[in-house]
Amino acid sequence: MCLGVPGRVVEVEGLNATVDFWGVRRQVRLDIVDQAVAPGDYILNHVGFAIRRIPAEEIGETLALYETLLDQARRDDLMAADVRNEIEATGRGNDDAAS
Amino acid sequence: MPLPRIDAAAREIKFRNPELARRLSSRIAELTAEIGRSPVSVMHVCGSHEQAIARWGLRATFPRDLNVIMGPGCPVCITDMPEVDEGVALARQGVVIATYGDMVKVPGTVMSLAGAQAEGADIRVVYSAGQAVELARAESKEVVFFATGFETTAVATAAVLRGPVPPNFSVLSAHKYIPPVMEIVAEMPETRVEGFLAAGHAATITGWGIFEPFVQRHRIPVVVAGFEPLDILSGLARLIELVRDGTPRVVNMFPRCVTREGNRRAQEELWSVFRPVGGRWRGIAHVPNGNLRLTDAWAHLDARRRFTIDLAGLWDYAPATLAADCICGNIMSGIASPTDCTLFGKECVPDTPVGACMVSSEGTCKIWHQYGGIPNLGDMA
Amino acid sequence: MKTLGLALDHVTLKQGAGGRAMRALIEDVFLKDLPAPPARGIGAAAMDDGAALWLGDRYLVVTTDSHVVHPVFFPGGDIGRLSICGTVNDLAMMGATEVLALTCAVVLEEGYPRAELERIQSSIRKACREAGAAIVTGDTKVMGRGEIDGIVLNTTGIGLTERVVTDCGLAPGDRIVVTGAIGDHGLAIMAARHALALEGELASDVAPLNGLVRAALDAAGGAITAMKDPTRGGLSSALHEMAEKSRVGIVLEERAIPVHDAVRAAGDLLGIDPLHVANEGKAVMGVRPEAVDRVLEALRAHPLGREARAVGVCVAERPGSIVLDTGFGRRLLAEPEGEPLPRIC
Repeated sequence: MCLGVPGRVVEVEGLNATVDFWGVRRQVRLDIVDQAVAPGDYILNHVGFAIRRIPAEEIGETLALYETLLDQARRDDLMAADVRNEIEATGRGNDDAAS
Repeated sequence: MPLPRIDAAAREIKFRNPELARRLSSRIAELTAEIGRSPVSVMHVCGSHEQAIARWGLRATFPRDLNVIMGPGCPVCITDMPEVDEGVALARQGVVIATYGDMVKVPGTVMSLAGAQAEGADIRVVYSAGQAVELARAESKEVVFFATGFETTAVATAAVLRGPVPPNFSVLSAHKYIPPVMEIVAEMPETRVEGFLAAGHAATITGWGIFEPFVQRHRIPVVVAGFEPLDILSGLARLIELVRDGTPRVVNMFPRCVTREGNRRAQEELWSVFRPVGGRWRGIAHVPNGNLRLTDAWAHLDARRRFTIDLAGLWDYAPATLAADCICGNIMSGIASPTDCTLFGKECVPDTPVGACMVSSEGTCKIWHQYGGIPNLGDMA
Repeated sequence: MKTLGLALDHVTLKQGAGGRAMRALIEDVFLKDLPAPPARGIGAAAMDDGAALWLGDRYLVVTTDSHVVHPVFFPGGDIGRLSICGTVNDLAMMGATEVLALTCAVVLEEGYPRAELERIQSSIRKACREAGAAIVTGDTKVMGRGEIDGIVLNTTGIGLTERVVTDCGLAPGDRIVVTGAIGDHGLAIMAARHALALEGELASDVAPLNGLVRAALDAAGGAITAMKDPTRGGLSSALHEMAEKSRVGIVLEERAIPVHDAVRAAGDLLGIDPLHVANEGKAVMGVRPEAVDRVLEALRAHPLGREARAVGVCVAERPGSIVLDTGFGRRLLAEPEGEPLPRIC
């Protein structure tokens, strides 16, 4: 349970949601999640409470985040050291989502 | 209404693409080599991270020069003996103790809750604070929820306490708060930790902003990471990149769940029910603001105020000398690893644990032992 | 400290759970000072699924089991079905797929509902029919209220076979084959027992395997080198025993091991590894590499073997150890310690 497994909301009744975890369903409480949750949404579950609504578009963004790390690696390989230094001096590009 | 077939996005939410993982592992190796020192040490502070690393066998893919240390991130392991004693004493006083499975075998000064159970005490394993409340409804005796876990779990306890609870229910809080202990570890003279991987779930609640003062003070980068294999690998890759560049920053690699401010609603619930106090963490001595206790507004549900806990009756024994050889504290601070301990795998095994690290499923020693005592298969002959 | 070095003067629950602790209890208490094993055959000291006694032209295989499952009725079956299938399967694991006879003894707690008993009896009859086996004798006892928990069943089975398949015959190069999806029974029970409020598709896989095993043995000839049913302690326990006794190492490919989605999800939620929980309708076999394809074909042609897969290989290195290739890395698969408890932080 500590692993905070993501699941998909099937039904919502007040502060209670029925969530499907890929074949197994559980009741999950919505007392502490900070966004409105509707059937079809993904939530992150922790000891029986939803702690976050995971917007569907974030999934794509996360995958892009992984790729960016690897893109950076490719770019590094292709450049000579002096070109790299020049880029660093002018500041980084668009890598991080929030920092 | 039947659930639609799992779509590709849903599968992706599990973030378990092995090909991507291989590339990230290579990236980690490259970055470590670029740093050129050995070892490069980074620390995570979450039992769930260690569990995931061990379960997926990720250590076998880490380069030799990279040291990924588990710090004091196992909430059960750092529950100090006197706290366990409180639970045991209450149990012996006739109270029903409801607690998470992991807590049952943690050794106290004299015995664990399991030991008390063998002597006739009523100990019940529950999976949530809510379940403990339901238990109390069905019982006539007093039921005390022995609550362990870090802030993420404390939020759940808080939410339950703010709802209706029967009069025979109360909470013995052994909840802990992680950020203060990162300070302690960063300030320990033996520390060689160059970067921290922060727990994604705790950060979902607290937000990543709370790490900024830490980074300013200690000039050590912090990366917030999730728990899927790709989350961990990409989090580590980003962290080592920051170490390579000497850039002390907070980077959020778990944006699908973590924002700068976190979950304000959950924070309000948490801090209305709990307040941080200084306390001992097993093996780590005093952690300022590291323990969560119930606020005065919730005194009526605080087991420490409802009952007089008789600890004197327990302490007839002097702790055995074997416990003196236990280096859980050093292991939890990341200074030693289980294989450095003379007791590991011999006197101290899950059946007969000496230290809490061997009891909890998130304890470093338990995890290493569970996965054969050799977390990095590269070490096998 | 009291909790240390507990040389165990009392039996603990862990010793019934099928792992190392249970084997230690058996070795220390039950196998001490046993008479010499049969000159030809397999006796108690081998701790195999059953015993095999040489009759002159064939082996008589005999096995016995007591059943104390709770809850008594669970999704997919009940204690009656479990008892019959358990014994039929133990015989089959030794190669005795034609069941000569079964016995069934029952110990009941005073006050046990008649209707439940009849339901269990009906399950027993159905399972016997499926296995082509018959109960020829039994025993009934009733104990006072509170002196026993509900119902305990004991079943003994006998069968004949010309060739005994042991659990210690693995050799480097042999492939590991499982006859279907892993973890069904254990997780269904775990969910029901702990009233874990999981709705879903969890159901026990309890079934008699003698027909399936016959099909595999016929297809393989002598190329099935070892066999075991991964009951208590799961696939992990069974493979550890086989590897230990055969003195080989095993490398498993985690992503090849069939696990139903619901089982995996329940395992994730509860923090319980499907490889550590019981299966009651599956077998694990060691198969010579040249025979793997035809064994898989024979298994998949049978209704109980549709999801059969080759999941690993035996190696000469690290005898007794099981390495799990997770797809993301590699680690050791350790033996389960006692009864798995759902993991919570």
